[in-house]
Amino acid sequence: MSQATATETTDEGVIESVSGPVVTATDLAARMNDVVYVGNEGLMGEVIEIEGDITTIQVYEETSDVAPGEPVENTGEPLSVDLGPGMLDSIYDGVQRPLDVLEEKMGAFLDRGVDAPGIDLERTWEFNPEIEVGDEVAPGDVVGIVPETESIDHKVLVPPGYEGGEAVAVEDGAFAVDETVVELDTGEEIAMRQEWPVREPRPTVEKETPTTPLISGQRILDGLFPIAKGGTAAIPGPFGSGKTVTQHQLAKWADADIVVYVGCGERGNEMTEVIEDFPELEDPKTGKPLMSRTCLIANTSNMPVAARESCVYTGITIAEYYRDMGYDVALMADSTSRWAEAMREISSRLEEMPGEEGYPAYLAARLSEFYERAGKFQNLNGSEGSISAIGAVSPPGGDFSEPVTQNTLRIVKCFWALDADLAERRHFPSINWNESYSLYTDQLDPWWRENVVEEYPEVRQWAVDVLDEESELQEIVQLVGKDALPDDQQLTLEVARYIREGWLQQNAFHDVDTYCEPEKTYQMLTAIQHFNDETAEALEAGVPVEEIVDIEAASKLNRMNTQEAYEQYIDDLKSEITEQLQELY
Amino acid sequence: MQKEYKTITEISGPLVFAEVDEPIGYDEMVEIRTPNGETRRGQVLESTSKFVAIQVFEGTSGIDRQSSVRFIGETLQMPLTEELLGRVLSGSGEPIDGGPEIEPDEERPIVGAAINPTAREYPQEFIQTGVSAIDGMNTLIRGQKLPIFSGSGLPHNDLALQIARQASVPEEDDESEEGSEFAVIFGAMGITQEEANEFMDDFERTGALERSVVFMNLADDPAVERTVTPRLALTTAEYLAFEKDYHVLVILTDMTNYCEALREIGAAREEVPGRRGYPGYMYTDLATLYERAGRIEGRDGSVTQIPILTMPGDDDTHPIPDLTGYITEGQIYIDRDLNSQGIEPPVNVLPSLSRLMDDGIGEGFTRKDHGDTANQLYAAYAEGEDLRDLVNIVGREALSERDNKYLDFADAFEEEYIQQGFETNRGLEETLDLGWELLSRLPKEELNRVDEEFIEEYYVEDESEELAQTAD
Repeated sequence: MSQATATETTDEGVIESVSGPVVTATDLAARMNDVVYVGNEGLMGEVIEIEGDITTIQVYEETSDVAPGEPVENTGEPLSVDLGPGMLDSIYDGVQRPLDVLEEKMGAFLDRGVDAPGIDLERTWEFNPEIEVGDEVAPGDVVGIVPETESIDHKVLVPPGYEGGEAVAVEDGAFAVDETVVELDTGEEIAMRQEWPVREPRPTVEKETPTTPLISGQRILDGLFPIAKGGTAAIPGPFGSGKTVTQHQLAKWADADIVVYVGCGERGNEMTEVIEDFPELEDPKTGKPLMSRTCLIANTSNMPVAARESCVYTGITIAEYYRDMGYDVALMADSTSRWAEAMREISSRLEEMPGEEGYPAYLAARLSEFYERAGKFQNLNGSEGSISAIGAVSPPGGDFSEPVTQNTLRIVKCFWALDADLAERRHFPSINWNESYSLYTDQLDPWWRENVVEEYPEVRQWAVDVLDEESELQEIVQLVGKDALPDDQQLTLEVARYIREGWLQQNAFHDVDTYCEPEKTYQMLTAIQHFNDETAEALEAGVPVEEIVDIEAASKLNRMNTQEAYEQYIDDLKSEITEQLQELY
Repeated sequence: MQKEYKTITEISGPLVFAEVDEPIGYDEMVEIRTPNGETRRGQVLESTSKFVAIQVFEGTSGIDRQSSVRFIGETLQMPLTEELLGRVLSGSGEPIDGGPEIEPDEERPIVGAAINPTAREYPQEFIQTGVSAIDGMNTLIRGQKLPIFSGSGLPHNDLALQIARQASVPEEDDESEEGSEFAVIFGAMGITQEEANEFMDDFERTGALERSVVFMNLADDPAVERTVTPRLALTTAEYLAFEKDYHVLVILTDMTNYCEALREIGAAREEVPGRRGYPGYMYTDLATLYERAGRIEGRDGSVTQIPILTMPGDDDTHPIPDLTGYITEGQIYIDRDLNSQGIEPPVNVLPSLSRLMDDGIGEGFTRKDHGDTANQLYAAYAEGEDLRDLVNIVGREALSERDNKYLDFADAFEEEYIQQGFETNRGLEETLDLGWELLSRLPKEELNRVDEEFIEEYYVEDESEELAQTAD
């Protein structure tokens, strides 16, 4: 956490009371959201309420044994993150303390009162200037480039709060993050590290309409419910329906430049899985380790609740910083419900008047503030960058009518509804195709036509129609049984089954199937469409439906997903289908 | 800080409020002496410069305004030693088996610190429970937290005992000298004396007691004590696992009683309640228990948790199972219908889940076909279940031959695979082979979740032919 570097104390107060993560202090001169150090151990906290002489503080660490009378120190600064090279390939807690450093300092269990800067102040980085002495620079401009990881060049920017001016000194070479690398005639000094308060969005010129999809390599998402680069999506689902696997798949395979993964109040073992898996995985595009483009923020469910409240902000501020460099950033927050619950917990300790289901009345405002920080932007320096925000939602009892889901749905444009029934029959990803939607389809269609294949939207629409028809037919089948349906409708059911089993299902744990490029997504669907057309023809020619659906090639439609050389396989399969059907008439 | 106060101003349910003139630490331990000489222990729930709120573990009856309050100056500690194995303790950690006093090697605060996610080791080693519904379909992994979701009157305790009795790790079989030992920690919260006897009898009968530590908070013990019991149990578990290299299996029953106690305290403090009156921080509170399962890099031991909870009204959207499910790594459902059919253990595998299963099975862990087989069994059973609804409406004759096979499969799956009795210990190979025997009653083409190579190797040809002949 960055406050390790901010040592100034503007005032001191005295603890008046302690109740869990909420501490009150008297005689403290403080502004709202100032960071304070609480008690003899100096536990980090944030001012959340001021009333008369009493200042209320939420503490980011366990407060056992903290007693009234102990001192409170104000840093006079809002909760901020350190921004600079070294954030990728890192894992932080909710207030940007690097967890690996904490482990070195205090062992396997998280003790308290230990602080560490968000980025290593000792380490030197190779600074390659992009400007020369005499160049004019304005806030947001790139002054130099630091090779941060093997896949990402870190751009050093003039901090947004600066005045800007003419460069009077420009360094070149290896420097620590706090050393000045560029000096301006205004007297302003630029280092590789800058700070930014997490609750405040970083400035941009304007927000634009996103028109490029964020390719996820997941057929149901790319194929039916695509999200744009700069879009927002919610994944609500009851427990066990695969939220986290879906989030992990997106973090692994989404074609963003940078991934910020926020594990907010989730399981420790899941974060460990990410930490162990990601360094071994390769980016399908570049072949570089995935970890070199990823920043992890882990505030597991048993870590202090106040830090859970802030971890989402820490994540999006880091995302904004990379966006300012012109990168496409994907931010996954798993799960926003835990974040909302943290707000509720703090709010109830403050004895605020609760809104719906005990959540604070400002829940909706906080959620929309967060999602509004996503989008495709024109940056101060003229470049374009985007943040795609994908939030998992964990509705109690899987009931989507609860406040967090409902308030999220009002804001986001993609809704990927996870379904416990599908999960129970091990249909994964268990995204319900009838309930989910994407409002980006229309604005993304031109991109698919241009970059994948002209017919992409039509084939998708065909699949949607078949699935719709299936769900209607299923209602009848429930009443009268399948055999009572006319032959052509029985065929439709069969085709829909292949769309479900062969195309919508995707095995995240299979080496080949885990990532499906858009071209393959499309090809697979055309194979099923081919089956549809050919069987319809056979039916017309008088072949009984039982014989048609029984052809040997048909079951191969369910095996396309695991083929690496899919083009050949699908071509062969199509001709097999044609041949075998023609043998029947 | 040994000063005594006689300044109690308010007693309300399990809470005592007292005025103080010196700073008292949050969470600090308190001793209250009643006029008739009894000592009650408690913990500071809220501390201000003028008064403190104390939660009394052993109940507040008998405490009056003149009772003296003494602050110990430290938080609640658990005395720890390897000698705890074989002992029976009360819900607040006092020996109740008539044995000697515990001479601790060390004491630790019962509010455990969170394990740093970077220090964790991802759990991947399979624990064989000898129960097909778990080993085959919802594999338990060392370091996992896998709760049993049950209802009142269902045999969840029998299943827990069966697991505690049969649990073994493959490593133990190979090199019994080398491997870490198994220990069971049993934390009972608000269970009846009869249930407690059942557990104790079984522990004694099988000799499991000597590798166990038992914490007993019975139904008539003070409810507030229940908030401490699981923490004592888990502190002991962490000590045995991470200091003494044991593989510790922690069974906590019944979490529903624990949550009721939380609600009681919340209500007494007049907190703003969350869903159904449970406190808004219940998720965080439960997480600080469940998340104390796991493995740590460089340490040999592990903590595996099997919390048991009875779902009020069999409703898994009730806050207790719901919040639990969001924290734990899966869940095992005990099913009332299966129970009334006489299936033992009556595990409904469809809503059950083990999240860590995929990484702990397959080649090098269990058997290469394990994952595919389990998936296929799931899919086929789910299909059979669906068809049962249909049969009720249209009758069996109206269904196709394929559908009938699935119906038969679903019946056989329950009667042969899930059904095994609480005393049978099935090996993993046996479970997997049984799975194939059932799958082989379906046509090969239907097995679309299984790799072709495995079909080749494990599919039992005769079965389907036999069936095909009888169908003809």
